Amino acid sequence: MQNKMSTRKAYGMALAELGEKYDFLVLDADLSKATMTKMFQDVYPQRFFNMGIAECDMMSTAAGIASCGKMVFASTFAMFAAGRAYEQIRNSIAYPRLNVKIGGTHGGLLIGEDGGSHQCIEDLSIMRTLPGFVVLAPADAVEARAVVEAAMNYEGPVYMRFGRMDVPVIYDSNTFKFEIGKATVLKEGCDVTIIAVGEMVYEAVKAAAVLEDQGVAARVIDMCSIKPIDADIIIKAAKETQGIVTVEDHNVVGGLGSAVSEVVTEKYPVKIRKVGVKDTFGRSGKRPDLAAYYGLDVETIVKNANDLLSK
Amino acid sequence: MTDKKIAALKKTSINIKRHVIESTYSCSSGHPGGSLSITDILSVLYFSVMNVDTNRPKWEDRDRLVLSKGHTAPALYGALAEKGFFGREELSRLRQCDSFLQGHPDMNKVPGIDMSTGSLGQGLSAANGMAIAGKYMKKDYHVFCILGDGESQEGQVWEAAMTAAHYKLDNIIAFLDHNGLQIDGAVDEVMSLGAIDKKFEAFGWHVIKVDGHDIAQLLQAVDAAKNTQGMPTLILCKTIKGQGVSFMENRVEWHGAAPNKEQRDMAIAELEQKIRDLEVLHHAE
Repeated sequence: MQNKMSTRKAYGMALAELGEKYDFLVLDADLSKATMTKMFQDVYPQRFFNMGIAECDMMSTAAGIASCGKMVFASTFAMFAAGRAYEQIRNSIAYPRLNVKIGGTHGGLLIGEDGGSHQCIEDLSIMRTLPGFVVLAPADAVEARAVVEAAMNYEGPVYMRFGRMDVPVIYDSNTFKFEIGKATVLKEGCDVTIIAVGEMVYEAVKAAAVLEDQGVAARVIDMCSIKPIDADIIIKAAKETQGIVTVEDHNVVGGLGSAVSEVVTEKYPVKIRKVGVKDTFGRSGKRPDLAAYYGLDVETIVKNANDLLSK
Repeated sequence: MTDKKIAALKKTSINIKRHVIESTYSCSSGHPGGSLSITDILSVLYFSVMNVDTNRPKWEDRDRLVLSKGHTAPALYGALAEKGFFGREELSRLRQCDSFLQGHPDMNKVPGIDMSTGSLGQGLSAANGMAIAGKYMKKDYHVFCILGDGESQEGQVWEAAMTAAHYKLDNIIAFLDHNGLQIDGAVDEVMSLGAIDKKFEAFGWHVIKVDGHDIAQLLQAVDAAKNTQGMPTLILCKTIKGQGVSFMENRVEWHGAAPNKEQRDMAIAELEQKIRDLEVLHHAE
């Protein structure tokens, strides 16, 4: 595995690679070169259908395919899947609980230059409100591949969020195991817990190293499975550390921070600090500039962890 | 098709209408107007055209129907009960909390329902998906879809119309229930469809225009559609909303209102008389 790769590329590679082992069709809405489903199309042209720039039609078509017992992946940008085609996903896919896998790429604000219209900071929130939907957001290319195969082995609707940019590979593809509903502990620690999702997991790991230098032992958890969420690991962290910092490239309203809060407030209330997009829209810019502008960086995570411990 | 068979299909259509009246009356809600305009289409489909097996509702080789105008579920439920997918007695429990007959079709609850619908504009896309899957799996089933005319204001219908033509889905046969009325009034006043036949033709469809209450025309149109290769077919059905119950015909207020006891009695009496008339006609032959 390369040491840097986008999770969307890992998605395309996984579809192409797993196309032999699993029987499924793939739909895209004129973004196959960006969502990377073209990698599947190149190998299995008969199993790939370009639906044109018509995401709503694509989602309901996927539902029809799945109703005939055929697993199907439908891909577009997160914005146009969870956003534009929400109601088709809700009524054609979620309500009849059909075996459709949605690959929403270019999730989050850190996709960069395209700006606020394309930076989907609501998809995790929107998709996890749908009864019975599984919502997954992998941290790196290894986890992305594992997520795709886990979705194939699961009977029912799944939303997967993938990122645009090349990001460091965190996991060892030879040993990494993923299970829907289970989080991964990347680092143990007893002072504070950092729960991150998607591409922010790597930033959380870096922040934990900074905190370590400051004498703070931070536990780092990758909550790839936003729904079903790993409540056990959250409650354990709530009991064993002094508080939780959540980290997401997503609106803090309704996303990971909310999901973790829902568990903690019911089971074992502790202090929570939410690092994420603070209920505002994004803007164009280079990724590092946007990360600094919106506080989606190591510095902000470290600051929130220290604030939580000092109060 | 003999006159006898046509009369039998007409009789089944009227029986479905009775179920529409009785079931919407029993739950004091539902959509009788647009249900009554599609009973002839449903009778033709389930009792002459479609290859289905009531003992195996999920049989993978079956023909499929997507009722895209899902609010007219009472007619579909009536047809499915007449066919034997479930008992007629269930119809009187339409929309009750402990019944499987939901206000709009639910494929997971009701035997014989092929796709959950209700939110307008999505059914043709789902039908396309079934047609794509059928071709991919090399199955020769047909996929039928019933669209409303008001529903055709939804943009997704036209996305789906493009898809069906683009992928040459000649295993799709769609019916457009052109009764001219929608909740807020006449379709032409709310948002006119213009030359709906020309629009579908321009989108690459084979369009056949029929009287949607003429059994023989419907049967001929389905035959012609099945013989059409390389393109989907739309059977544009001129229909009457509320058809068969004279005080409901062409009256927009019956879009989403159930009959009261007196209205139910009048409607049932009229429909029963129609069946007796049909039987007299048949015996006179």
